[in-house]
Amino acid sequence: MEIVNIELAQQALNQFSNEQVYVHLETTNGAYATHNDENFFSSGAFIRNAHVSFEHGKITGPGPYRVGIKLPIGWIYAEGITHYTVDERGRLLLAGHDFKGKLAVALEISRTPFE
Amino acid sequence: MEKERHVLVVFPHPDDEAFGVSGTIATYIGMGTPVTYACLTLGEMGRNMGNPIFANRETLPIVRKKELQDAAAALGITDLRMMGLRDKTVEFEEEEKLVGMMTSLLEELNPSLVITFYPGYSVHPDHEATGRAVVEAVSRIAEDERPKLHCVAFSKGHEDVIGKPDVVNRITDVLTKKMAALRAHRSQTEQMASELEAKLESGDEQIVNWIQNERFWTYKF
Repeated sequence: MEIVNIELAQQALNQFSNEQVYVHLETTNGAYATHNDENFFSSGAFIRNAHVSFEHGKITGPGPYRVGIKLPIGWIYAEGITHYTVDERGRLLLAGHDFKGKLAVALEISRTPFE
Repeated sequence: MEKERHVLVVFPHPDDEAFGVSGTIATYIGMGTPVTYACLTLGEMGRNMGNPIFANRETLPIVRKKELQDAAAALGITDLRMMGLRDKTVEFEEEEKLVGMMTSLLEELNPSLVITFYPGYSVHPDHEATGRAVVEAVSRIAEDERPKLHCVAFSKGHEDVIGKPDVVNRITDVLTKKMAALRAHRSQTEQMASELEAKLESGDEQIVNWIQNERFWTYKF
């Protein structure tokens, strides 16, 4: 993955405008967060292959970035995005890695279902 | 270590075997005992993407599958089963499906020893669900035919409840194999393995003791 270039990431998001897409969205602090620090409140969420109508997407912020996707009847949102890539299958993979390089958030958009 | 007929190791993630059990696995293989390693997922939801980052959420399973195969090869495991579940979802599968998966492995392999996580004392929800399913499947075998069950535990304060491990395997003779298995899980362990090796070389007593002695609790049904 590469460090986000906001112009290129925005162009990549635009490719999906007004299409049906599959979305992977996740936030995670790792399964050992509370084991390593009893005062840490462990939380996270994960959805894979949500099939949605993508109206438009926008990437904003000074970096780490925020990405919002507008749906006809709702929204998808991710915060803390640092890296991105468009893979060989045309899927846009956005990820946020924390200060230690560990994945903290992922937002991925594909025209075909994720495995 | 006692000679076994067949050892079945069941863990949910590639690298679960590396830290606490790989020396034991290599030792059994060295004794001529067949070892089957059933790994339930490919660690698809791992947070470590390599340092520097070389994997992403979609390539991680491919990377970790290869690492798992390399680790198995380093230990001499020839029967590696990848069971096709998804990381972080094991606890949400139907309980009977998991127990059935374990039962079919037990019936096929007829192991004399099974190794897994100790339910209640193994921290990660996937570890807990794996341990629970194995315990349940083994408990359904008639007592006189039941294999021994050795569990790995590491939750905070576990020794206050379950006491000291009753099985401690000293694995010094196969330490190089253990380190090779650890290193094979490169995306997850690269930085840690280097730090570990430095500490081993400097003779850090706590680390030497931790890495050279693998601890198990015999499950009492």
